[in-house]
Amino acid sequence: MIALRNAAHVVGSYAITFAAIAVYTWNLLRRARKAARQVPVEDRPWT
Amino acid sequence: MNHFGPTSTRFTRALGVATILGLGWLAVFGLLLSPDDVVQGSYARLLYIHVPSAWLAYLAFGVTGLASGAYLWPRTRSMQWDRIAGASAEVGVLFMALALVTGSLWGKVTWGTYWTWDSRLTTTAFLFVTYIGYLAVRDLGGSHEQRARRSAVLALLAVLEVPLVHFSVSWWRPLHQAETIERGGLKGLMLFSFFVGMIAFTLLYVWLVMHRQRLMMLNDMIDDSGLDRALAERRNEVAP
Repeated sequence: MIALRNAAHVVGSYAITFAAIAVYTWNLLRRARKAARQVPVEDRPWT
Repeated sequence: MNHFGPTSTRFTRALGVATILGLGWLAVFGLLLSPDDVVQGSYARLLYIHVPSAWLAYLAFGVTGLASGAYLWPRTRSMQWDRIAGASAEVGVLFMALALVTGSLWGKVTWGTYWTWDSRLTTTAFLFVTYIGYLAVRDLGGSHEQRARRSAVLALLAVLEVPLVHFSVSWWRPLHQAETIERGGLKGLMLFSFFVGMIAFTLLYVWLVMHRQRLMMLNDMIDDSGLDRALAERRNEVAP
């Protein structure tokens, strides 16, 4: 178990990493939803 | 209606679930189950996110270089390669930023400073700035083909920095430690936790690049339809 005196830097690094990934992912999916409104479903090659 | 987003498919949904499980597993192993290191104690837990972040950035920039080469090669030229290159570079910049931040926090507790101008840190910062420049060049004006050509040339030059960063620890003997994994420095549950991190981050990279390049395709389609509309309006104005 992680010692409490070392927790700040270690847990902080994990928190920053996961938060950055979550924010980037959320922003990516938000932009995709916005852009998709202007492109018909049949024009998207992956659907 | 696709509730998981317009750029998702059955494959990306499955990949997304695997990625979330992998990242959850990484958090549990990295923070709770992994033993402390005999030298660095709990700080060695930073290895499980710092090294995969740096590895993913290398991989992402390597893929950007390969996709750019495929775009410039006449037989394989396709805008799809350009979009993969751009998507991979953007995700690579994210992971490179995470490697720099986690490395800086790790440096503070082991070296006593957030930053020092040693060869590994300096070359990594230079690589990071280079790819921010690459993304800026992609956003310059011009047609999709012009964007693809100029950014592909830049990517082929930028990727040459990756081996420089990787081998900087053996060429210049910096403050940054040499390759721990390649020298067999990890064993047992620590090695397992490390590979959990590598797999989780690699799955995340693939998922992000697939969604990002599809978003780029949507944006290109919107640009093209806007251009077609403007041309049609201009023709109507000129027609008697």
